[in-house]
Amino acid sequence: MSLRIVVCVKYVPDATGDRHFADDLTVDRDDVDGLLSELDEYAVEQALQIADEADDAEITVLTVGPEDAKDALRKALSMGADKAIHVEDDDLHGTDVIGTSLVLAKAVEKAGYDLVITGMASTDGTMGVLPAILAERLGVPQVTLLSEVKVEDGTVTGRRDGDSASEQLVASLPALVSVTDQSGEARYPSFKGIMAAKKKPVESWDLSDLDLDAEEVGLQGAYTVVESAAQRPARTAGTVVKDEGEGGKQLAEFLAGQKFI
Amino acid sequence: MAEVLVYVDHVDGAVRKPTLELLTLARRVGEPVAVALGAGAEATAAVLAEHGAVKVLTADAPEFADYLVVPKVDALQAAYDAASAGGSLAAVLVPSSAEGKEIAARLAVRIGSGIITDAIDLEAGDEGPVATQAAFAASFTTKSRVSKGTPVITVKPNSAPVEAAPAAGAVEALAVTFGALATGTKVVSRTPRESTGRPELTEAAIVVSGGRGVNGAENFHLIEELADSLGAAVGASRAAVDAGWYPHTNQVGQTGKSVSPQLYIAAGISGAIQHRAGMQTSKTIVAVNKDAEAPIFDLVDYGVVGDLFEVVPQLTGEIKARKG
Ligand SMILES: Cc1cc2nc3c(=O)[nH]c(=O)nc-3n(C[C@H](O)[C@H](O)[C@@H](O)COP(=O)(O)OP(=O)(O)OC[C@H]3O[C@@H](n4cnc5c(N)ncnc54)[C@H](O)[C@@H]3O)c2cc1C
Ligand SMILES: Cc1cc2nc3c(=O)[nH]c(=O)nc-3n(C[C@H](O)[C@H](O)[C@H](O)COP(=O)(O)OP(=O)(O)OC[C@H]3O[C@@H](n4cnc5c(N)ncnc54)[C@H](O)[C@@H]3O)c2cc1C
Repeated sequence: MSLRIVVCVKYVPDATGDRHFADDLTVDRDDVDGLLSELDEYAVEQALQIADEADDAEITVLTVGPEDAKDALRKALSMGADKAIHVEDDDLHGTDVIGTSLVLAKAVEKAGYDLVITGMASTDGTMGVLPAILAERLGVPQVTLLSEVKVEDGTVTGRRDGDSASEQLVASLPALVSVTDQSGEARYPSFKGIMAAKKKPVESWDLSDLDLDAEEVGLQGAYTVVESAAQRPARTAGTVVKDEGEGGKQLAEFLAGQKFI
Repeated sequence: MAEVLVYVDHVDGAVRKPTLELLTLARRVGEPVAVALGAGAEATAAVLAEHGAVKVLTADAPEFADYLVVPKVDALQAAYDAASAGGSLAAVLVPSSAEGKEIAARLAVRIGSGIITDAIDLEAGDEGPVATQAAFAASFTTKSRVSKGTPVITVKPNSAPVEAAPAAGAVEALAVTFGALATGTKVVSRTPRESTGRPELTEAAIVVSGGRGVNGAENFHLIEELADSLGAAVGASRAAVDAGWYPHTNQVGQTGKSVSPQLYIAAGISGAIQHRAGMQTSKTIVAVNKDAEAPIFDLVDYGVVGDLFEVVPQLTGEIKARKG
């Protein structure tokens, strides 16, 4: 029996660029290059490993994002995913996590799935809550923040390393899994993979394909309002001394002056 | 005055500090009603009352320990239903732990509300609570609010002072009915972390972190000794963690813990954007790095360009001498 895996990936502004907000307080996507959120590469990697172990599996990568988000899908396809779905609609501009999860839930259901895999958090919004919400909306078990994952005989097992304990989890498919960056280094696309990705199908869906109204998403459908966004003042340059044998003592003097000692 | 639900993070009845901080913030927007779940729930009441909880709703059942996240959402929803039946509810506040965020998020969709995560401050506004967040590796500060439903907000540790404000804190049993999803993900086994005796990383007033420059697990004792001389928690960069020199639970940064202590000391850490994302909001930042060009020096209040193997032991010795 074929295992249908859908991997949700996000297209985000490069964290090493000068990220900022646009006038409408949404993310400015014009000034900084975008890419596949690095933490979602781990999700693609685990999907590939799970598919390798399965008799027969198909990996679909799914993104909700602007036109350029196709780049993120291409990257995932070049790593080895089979096909891609791009949900793209001008009305999606400014969608919050409640709206994004609604769109993703509809798209995942339309695509058909046994297993949904996501990253642990995006590198722009970094909320880390979308996986739990998506599981809630789909009505399937959430098996989240896994540093180790295995799928066998219709069940998913994994290890979740929390603050106070490490937990071994199990759930039946269909299920939603999110993986951390401890789950295993993501592979680099090979030249062959990059060439093959060009021929792989990328479907584009809009809101009407998902039976969603414009009012349910975007800035107008958002459940949250950003009232202001201000650049933090750069930290004022502090004192930097060169160690000439007394560096530790000078530092102790500073700490004592600040009442830390 | 409208009530505010505060989700209690506790270990067998010992309330963790971020929850007490939440009670301070909660009092700015309404009357705190605490929700404590699991073993030892009732034992939390005294300290919660001392910090402003007018009521403490408690529930215990094996489901809370045996299954992941959802049973706690069912319980928090029961508390929400009970509280909103009695009148208006100003907000639901939850500590920003990994689990706390997941609980808050599922509750938000269920009750048709928006969610804000990782708030670093909270104030009352004309249209409901306004939350401050640090965005893009803390290079921006945003103010947002929830515009639909009862605001669900998760708050980072160290966002408010713990203040005593004695209130009734009457314990009431919360009736919880578990839904079909509650038993979806079973916790087969749980291996507790060994305590190091040091303060909790996210709650510590001082954090001392080591990076690739520490050059080996066998050298991390230098970082630990400095930390112990200051009563600090120990952190590590991802490079140090990936090399296996220190446990992942101590990683500071985007995919590790985000810390906001009074003092952060970085030794042998370059200051990559993903590391800064987890420590940039520290009040005072100090670095020891042999490279004068390391980006960490752009953030510091005090920096020493030098070899950490010289500077750190000297600093530790001097602190011990001063403390006598
Ligand atoms: C700085 C900033 C702050 C924000 N604050 C809030 C807020 O407080 N409340 C709010 O409701 N919204 C907020 N948003 C919007 C929210 O981040 C996005 O709408 C949304 O895509 C989901 O949240 P996330 O990116 O933080 O995802 P996370 O929950 O961090 O993402 C986890 C995983 O979900 C998947 N995923 C997330 N988005 C997509 C996507 N578009 N397509 C495919 N897969 C996806 C990926 O696998 C990802 O690894 C904020 C955005 C930014 C940039
Ligand atoms: C998606 C993603 C998430 C990430 N999440 C995190 C995260 O959560 N936390 C994190 O830390 N990183 C994270 N990273 C990695 C991050 O980009 C950096 O690679 C990492 O922070 C580097 O660690 P470092 O500063 O210890 O090492 P390096 O960058 O190698 O710096 C080592 C420093 O030590 C100095 N040094 C060497 N020897 C000595 C000596 N004897 N005395 C004094 N100084 C010395 C060097 O001059 C150098 O500046 C993430 C990356 C990605 C892509």
